[in-house]
Amino acid sequence: MEKILAMIGPMMEGANVTLQMFFITLVLSIPLGLVLALVRMSKYRPLSFIVETYIWLMRGTPLMLQLLFVYYALPLIPYIGIKLPDFSAAIFAFVFNYAAYFAEIFRGGIQSIERGQYEASKVLGMTYVQTMRRIILPQMIKRVLPPISNETITLVKDTSLIYVLAMNDLLRTARTIVQREFDMTPFVIAAVFYLAMTLVLTWMFNKLEQSYAAYDE
Amino acid sequence: MNMIRLKKIYKSFNNLEVLKGISLEVDQGEVVAIIGPSGSGKSTLLRCLNRLETIDGGTIEIENDILAAEGAGGRCQYVREDKAREICYKMGMVFQQFNLFPHMTVIDNIIEAPMIVKGIKKEVIIPEAEELLKKVGLFEKRDSYPSRLSGGQQQRVAIARALAMKPDIMLFDEPTSALDPELTGEVLKAMRQLAQEHMTMLVVTHEMAFAREVAGRVIFMDGGEIVEEGRPEQIFNNPTQARTQAFLKSML
Repeated sequence: MEKILAMIGPMMEGANVTLQMFFITLVLSIPLGLVLALVRMSKYRPLSFIVETYIWLMRGTPLMLQLLFVYYALPLIPYIGIKLPDFSAAIFAFVFNYAAYFAEIFRGGIQSIERGQYEASKVLGMTYVQTMRRIILPQMIKRVLPPISNETITLVKDTSLIYVLAMNDLLRTARTIVQREFDMTPFVIAAVFYLAMTLVLTWMFNKLEQSYAAYDE
Repeated sequence: MNMIRLKKIYKSFNNLEVLKGISLEVDQGEVVAIIGPSGSGKSTLLRCLNRLETIDGGTIEIENDILAAEGAGGRCQYVREDKAREICYKMGMVFQQFNLFPHMTVIDNIIEAPMIVKGIKKEVIIPEAEELLKKVGLFEKRDSYPSRLSGGQQQRVAIARALAMKPDIMLFDEPTSALDPELTGEVLKAMRQLAQEHMTMLVVTHEMAFAREVAGRVIFMDGGEIVEEGRPEQIFNNPTQARTQAFLKSML
């Protein structure tokens, strides 16, 4: 028991890193994803093509590769190369990767809204921005909640990839203790933590979906 | 005064010409019914008036403001976006599929555009919106979501929503076609009431009885052209064109 209590301290620190990764990535990638989705649907072809290519790159290569690239290769690029601190490098890679997935979810949601909604808005004199903000996006949110929930839960677990950057997140801390103590308990603690996070998120998204259930379509 | 003045409107979808040089003038307070077989271009004509479709050629004037006109080289030019929007929201529109905003209650559906487009304060617009709801007989549905209403009720809310913008012209695009037969009456009643208040109305419809009774003028369209127009009794009792006669026969 004493042994377990001694593990809790460092594991809490690891969990703290994991949570920070999770929240910062989520808070930054969702708005970025929305902007990307809107640009992707722009009538101006070159712009939409750039975003399309970007999404292809982000979804077409492993997140692990992107992490390693930002950390090791980005500083080596002449002129624009920058060496980011570990944590920032990880956030950078995660935000740009997840924004691509969120962008496609948002695009699907926006395109699922009937054309009549745009027509009614236009006939009533609303501008594009007003139509999006007041009519289309509020309805889109309800439709994308299930896939967004899915992606968010995946993110909780994906944060463990930062072990390749030698950052002491929950999983890496657990592995260090396991190797030192020859005791499997930290793995169990880590699993319980991830499960608890997922449980909380599932509950939150259920609540959100319920709050949007006030209207049917 | 001419509320709507159309000169030689042309419109094609890909290579299919759906409007072949339509000219039309509508006076203030006139109720014009547009009838014709499906694919005749009557809905497209209505949708060209408020930019739901853009025309390829011709001139559109709304209350003496030019919305679109032939520019240099015969290309059709629209006025600037903000000006066009201002011209177009003088025309309210009611759709076949209602197109209410499903995420808003009935009252919010009605006050939304006056608030964000015209900047009218909430405390000013709420009483007006409630009046409109009483007028269409749906005050008790004030706080319901559209999905809780029948089709006829939804369409009446859509009429109230359009009227809240205080339009000078109302466009109806087959307003009863998506309704169960027993629900068309309540919508037609609201429209009849509007006509009695001398609203300028353009109604694309399959309701021949309504056209006959309420419209001051009936236009028969076929193949992207106006084939025949006149007083309802003339069109329905003594159509001169063979195409009109055939269409009216098929409607019986």
